[in-house]
Amino acid sequence: MTAPLLEVEGLTVHFSVGRGRDKQTVRAVDGVDLTLGGGETLGLVGESGCGKTTTGLAILRLVEPTAGRITFDGTDVRGLSARDLRRWRRRAAMIFQDPYASLDPRLAVGESIGEALDIHDLHQGKQARRARIGELLERCGLHPRVASRYPHEFSGGQRQRIGIARALACEPDFIVCDEPIAALDVSIQAQVMNLLGELQSDLGLAYLFIAHDLAAVQHICDRIAVMYLGRVVEEAERLGLYRSAQHPYTRALLSAIPIPDPVRERQRERIRLVGDVPSPIDPPTGCRFRTRCPEVFDACERIDPALQEVAGPDHTAACLLHGEVGTEVEG
Amino acid sequence: MSEHDDAEQLQAPDEPAEARWKETLSALFANRLAAAGVVVLALLILSALLADVVAPYAFTDDDLTRRLEPPSAAHWFGTDELGRDVFSRVLFGARVSLQVGAVAVGISLVLGTLIGLISGYRGGWTDIVLMRAMDVLFSFPVVLLAIAIVAVLSPSLTNTMIAIGVVFTPIFARVVRGSVLSVREEVFVRASRSLGASDWRIISRHVLPNVAAPVIVQTSLSLAFAILTEAALSYLGIGVQPPRPAWGLMLLDAQGFIATGEWWMSIFPGLAIFITVASLNLVGDGLRDALDPKQRSIIQSRGVT
Repeated sequence: MTAPLLEVEGLTVHFSVGRGRDKQTVRAVDGVDLTLGGGETLGLVGESGCGKTTTGLAILRLVEPTAGRITFDGTDVRGLSARDLRRWRRRAAMIFQDPYASLDPRLAVGESIGEALDIHDLHQGKQARRARIGELLERCGLHPRVASRYPHEFSGGQRQRIGIARALACEPDFIVCDEPIAALDVSIQAQVMNLLGELQSDLGLAYLFIAHDLAAVQHICDRIAVMYLGRVVEEAERLGLYRSAQHPYTRALLSAIPIPDPVRERQRERIRLVGDVPSPIDPPTGCRFRTRCPEVFDACERIDPALQEVAGPDHTAACLLHGEVGTEVEG
Repeated sequence: MSEHDDAEQLQAPDEPAEARWKETLSALFANRLAAAGVVVLALLILSALLADVVAPYAFTDDDLTRRLEPPSAAHWFGTDELGRDVFSRVLFGARVSLQVGAVAVGISLVLGTLIGLISGYRGGWTDIVLMRAMDVLFSFPVVLLAIAIVAVLSPSLTNTMIAIGVVFTPIFARVVRGSVLSVREEVFVRASRSLGASDWRIISRHVLPNVAAPVIVQTSLSLAFAILTEAALSYLGIGVQPPRPAWGLMLLDAQGFIATGEWWMSIFPGLAIFITVASLNLVGDGLRDALDPKQRSIIQSRGVT
């Protein structure tokens, strides 16, 4: 097996809030391991506030990680100098959730796309630059002539296409897709997903696809990692996860997906989680999910579960139901 | 096929997008008061530039035989205590006022924008130190601080401009910093960084253009205030020095003659100050509305463009 394109080990992002005596640490991401091969898609799923977006930002160093290692095609990303980091960003792009906020309202969309070319000195020269911008727009299903228009003249779906065109400008190998369809109308979502799928197969892109529900990622992902409160709680190959989810949290997420068949939909059994997500400032001891877990038992308070192999190779879950693997909580 | 038959496909535009500044200008001129302000200002600037040609007399031409004459065909605004033509002096005074306004506001615009940008973009200690320094400057009454600066530097036209420039710097620094703080957190700034943009590129391409609107408005309003401050300093005798004609200085000279009935000496320079400041304020208000996209749609929907 060849070395993966992206390897993330023990990624940790802590933020400080408050000052002086009130200073507290928000453990947004608390030791996340991820592996992604070239041309593959890894889904990263979890509720709002579980740290999935922060994970994506930290991998690209748009948020500085507190600890951990990020290796991209043999490069230690955290070790890059500011200058080398800017150069490296040519290979890793990002598509943002809110297409209304991610384009500078004062730049014609062609300029927003052209900026990427200018930064990395690609396709320079008036003719070549314009041709490349047109090609990118066309690739994303827009007419090349719209390059001179401003973002407010476009719909959400069109803007997201422009955002995708911008991400593609420097021919990256890897794109972090931060809920790229969550802000779009349902009718547009499928179109954008199809576009992303086509681009992947044509250009051999690797995606880290962030989403807040499992329904959104079920068609595009090769592997899926489920996050809860700054940790990965289960990771598996797509079908393995959908067929035999091992972590109670994953099962709850799966049970929330509506089934497009009225008979089976009526029989669908929903696992309702009670309570809110605990604060990442003061996560529960032991298993972080124990405060909402329907299958909680006494060991959950004592042991902080580690990922262990369950239901076959390549399928890991951090749950004590599968064996008390993890670190004992002190005191 | 594939994505090209999307319902979402945008129709190709036939006409190119209208440039933004054109839209802004037409919105500005839709406001009649602002348009009047622009016209008056243009006339003022023109007469200041062409004062040598337009003015019937030189501003130093004294004629003691024709002292304190009321307005007449030969002297439209009358003459002063040395027999100098008030109309000519008001025209040359426009030169001083506009020059002081432009240079002083230019100084504070550059300094204030720079400080505001650094403060807002860097944040942290840099921000705290710079903004507290601005607070100190800001806590003095404007004229008082200007007096102090001129007193230290000795009164002259140049020092007046420097003093007013320094005094107005905190206003720009605050306006810019506030806008930078919000623009800095925009997703499009993060998007630009994700493409590998340097801080310099982000500031010049994304931050500055997005804070330009409030700065432009502040500039026109500050011009008015700078001209008033110059008039006040000159009136106090620590601004522009005679024999150079400045409106504030002319008011000072005229003061002794109000009681004796020589009203033209004070009315005309006073009117000049009033008209200049009023038109600058009108233009400033007009710009504020024209640069605000929401206001602009309202203006356009009225169909007055």
